[in-house]
Amino acid sequence: MADHGMDPSAPLTGEPSKNTKRKLRKEVKTQIIGFVLALFLTSISFISIASDAIPASFAIPFIFMLAVIQVVLQLYIFMHLNDRGNAWPNAMIWSAVVVAIPSVAALMLLLGITKW
Amino acid sequence: MAENHTVEQHSLPPNPEKATLEGKNKYMGFWFFLGGEVVLFASLFGTYLGLRNSTAGGPGPSDLFHLDLVFIMTMLLLTSSLTSVFAIISMKRGNYKGLLAWMWVTVLLGLGFLGFEIYEFWDYTVNYELGFTTSAFSSAFYTLVGTHGAHVTFGIGWIIVLLIRYAKTGLTLTNAPKFYTATLYWHFIDVVWVFIFTVVYLMGIGG
Amino acid sequence: MSYAEAQKKSVLWDWLTTVDHKKIGIMYLAAGAFFFTIGGIMALLMRAQLMFPNSSLIPAQTFNEILTMHGTIMIFLAAMPLLFGFMNYIVPLQIGARDVAFPFLNSLGFWLFLFGGIFVNLSWFLGGAPDAGWTSYVPLASHYSGIGLDFFVLGLQISGLGTLIGGINFLVTIINMRAPGMSMMRMPLFTWNTFVASILILFAFPALTVGYLLLMMDRIFGSNFFVVEMGGNVVIWQHLFWIFGHPEVYILALPAFGIFSEIIPTFSKKRIFGYTAMVFATMLIGFYGFMVWAHHMFTVGLGPVANSVFAIATMAIAVPTGIKIFNWLLTMWGGRIKMTTAMLCAAMFIPTFVMGGVTGVMLAVSAADYQFHDTYFVVAHFHYVIVGATVLGLFGGAFYWWPRMFGYTLNEKLGKAFIILFLIGFHLTFFVQHFLGLYGMPRRVASYLPGQGWDGMNLVSSSGAIFMAAGFLLFIINIFVSMKNKETTGDPWDGRTLEWTIPSPTPEYNFAQTPLVRDYDAFWYEKYQGDGKIKAAEPLGDIHMPNGSILPIIISFGLFVMAFGLVYHTWIVAGAGLLIVFGAMFVRSVKEDHGYHIPVEEITKDKGGK
Repeated sequence: MADHGMDPSAPLTGEPSKNTKRKLRKEVKTQIIGFVLALFLTSISFISIASDAIPASFAIPFIFMLAVIQVVLQLYIFMHLNDRGNAWPNAMIWSAVVVAIPSVAALMLLLGITKW
Repeated sequence: MAENHTVEQHSLPPNPEKATLEGKNKYMGFWFFLGGEVVLFASLFGTYLGLRNSTAGGPGPSDLFHLDLVFIMTMLLLTSSLTSVFAIISMKRGNYKGLLAWMWVTVLLGLGFLGFEIYEFWDYTVNYELGFTTSAFSSAFYTLVGTHGAHVTFGIGWIIVLLIRYAKTGLTLTNAPKFYTATLYWHFIDVVWVFIFTVVYLMGIGG
Repeated sequence: MSYAEAQKKSVLWDWLTTVDHKKIGIMYLAAGAFFFTIGGIMALLMRAQLMFPNSSLIPAQTFNEILTMHGTIMIFLAAMPLLFGFMNYIVPLQIGARDVAFPFLNSLGFWLFLFGGIFVNLSWFLGGAPDAGWTSYVPLASHYSGIGLDFFVLGLQISGLGTLIGGINFLVTIINMRAPGMSMMRMPLFTWNTFVASILILFAFPALTVGYLLLMMDRIFGSNFFVVEMGGNVVIWQHLFWIFGHPEVYILALPAFGIFSEIIPTFSKKRIFGYTAMVFATMLIGFYGFMVWAHHMFTVGLGPVANSVFAIATMAIAVPTGIKIFNWLLTMWGGRIKMTTAMLCAAMFIPTFVMGGVTGVMLAVSAADYQFHDTYFVVAHFHYVIVGATVLGLFGGAFYWWPRMFGYTLNEKLGKAFIILFLIGFHLTFFVQHFLGLYGMPRRVASYLPGQGWDGMNLVSSSGAIFMAAGFLLFIINIFVSMKNKETTGDPWDGRTLEWTIPSPTPEYNFAQTPLVRDYDAFWYEKYQGDGKIKAAEPLGDIHMPNGSILPIIISFGLFVMAFGLVYHTWIVAGAGLLIVFGAMFVRSVKEDHGYHIPVEEITKDKGGK
């Protein structure tokens, strides 16, 4: 149990295993695809507001939906929330979202100006 | 149970950031902290949404915001997210120099973003006379975007400290979790920005 | 640092730099007890003023300050730290861990709380305490209150940061540090309740931080969040405060529920009834805790649909709470009950808390709430809930875990006298307040006129407070009188959980060998299915310990200095404080610290050469 021989500030050397290397090559591809998707979603958002072709009543919920998609994409691709062993981080992040949604809704709507 | 390293000494594990119990704790604790940050930013977003039309006769969102500037800022931050991902991939490959190099690129992109944000705030205060105390909208806007900016600043400072401190040590079981949590923080900043450019800027201009 | 160096520290330096969860737990308890005493004295002063109509014992302004500080101190600086004390000390022992996940942050959390608490209280000497109530509604708090509110807002932000850090620490500790075999569904219920309460802390405190941030911005930097003529909106404050404030009630109640869930099975000699239901009820309470905050705002005028939704959600909380109450009752049913002081606290908690719960459902009826709102009915309700659950839980926990923490058992006779006196006083004080409220007496008034039918009940209420004070005095006396009742077995109550498997006094490494858990109620299982000794999951060996650090105090002190700078608008001082904070954080980040090892010979020596 004691780890006297193990110095945590000693540099790690050596190569990753073949399996890891293969995974990392795939990982690069996934990340670039994720980045391109994020770029695409962002551009669509900006275009739908910048061009006058789309009415605001549609554009607002539309860009909001794009934002949600992009955030989920970033959480699961860039931040690896789908990796194994991430059950607790997932649970906490989504619990936070569950708390956040009614809070934002209340601060936005329930201000005593419009009665619901 | 605590120190039962399954890793062979000095050899590179597939996930060096989670190879020790300290690393695992840091990783998980940091995710939970981000959960708290979600609620923190939600409260600020809610406040902004509640007050975004309360301009009290001062300039409002559609007078102020420029899509081109926001688009450039968005691209800078998004790209910096990708470079920090590359940094972590380099780390897992055992390419420590690559890790440092990509992290420096991330820092530079972050500084670029910060520069534009400072310019933006300066532009609003000087050219549009939108001070922090002008209206409820201005207070809410500067507080929300400023809190994000403060996070960016802190993130840049944090990564620079790590880069300088560990410039010559090579990858170790101690610094791998530090770099990893710093990139998680950086991604989170980007995630928040996605909502900021949507809710503050695009919604401000579009409706 | 080596083991020998670690032993050489002076006592004071050792406590100032400690990262040991047990010492930090004891410091939380000591600081919490200090603030609890101050808050109690304030309560006595208020009751003295209200004893008779038209009384002029305390000027109205001072009364408002005492009233505000009583609430603030009792919630933030007494109840929470006292609970944190038990969590810190007991949770690692219950899950078979040698320490918490982040010993350094644990210490930082404590010192932040302490410096924040001191900062709020400094306002007494520097221009008057805050006077806008513990809820500090705006615009009263933002534009009509003195410098005390600045102390309030900054001090509580500092201590709130400490609480948040503590919450994250408990979460990671419970998830990552459990002994082999201790699955989530084998965890003792106190640990489970701590876990859910920590989740609530994690999600509730950021909302409060934002609330205080906005209030600070308005007060110190001239922003317009709550300035209506500039487009601000005061209801935002109420939302942010109660998004935090309602979960806070459960942050206070759940750990107390956990304490009772330990005491009742131990002294009923029975396994807890419906363990799984208890766990899920706890989680459900945690979830509902976030979905009901607007029931504090029924009279704001949010609208009928909004009020109805929150009213129904509020009533739904009675279901999981009821599940818990019945499970406790059924645990006692048919058990061999031993009425110790701790058990007495638990037994009396049930009726007291149920009364608070019932008035809670009454208050949830939004139409009726227009009548109850801001009257003494509300005061009675939340004292029944918080004293009934949290305070009785703290006293019960103190009697239960005292031998574990301090190595001696509290006197039972004195203990029973104390709790009976305290309970009589409590019900005298607060039961009549229900009726005072129904007869229309508003809360937070410094005085009242005679002849409104309130005189007699106020007198009763104030006399009850004297009993409570006398009871508490007996408790303090008990602590000193009982010091000679040394406890050496380590298991005075025939305990069921891992914290009773350790010798007394508790060694600094907790477990010489990490225990192997084979069932829920691990110790009880070994007593009846095994040889009465817990199995070890590892051979005896050197034990790794973290190094102490003075940096937590320096960081907390830096924030303290910064807060001073902000209150007095002296930006240089504020900047200097911030520099101290970041400097200390920088040192922490740059200096690698790998702790030290206790050699195996020391451990065998502790075990008496067994």
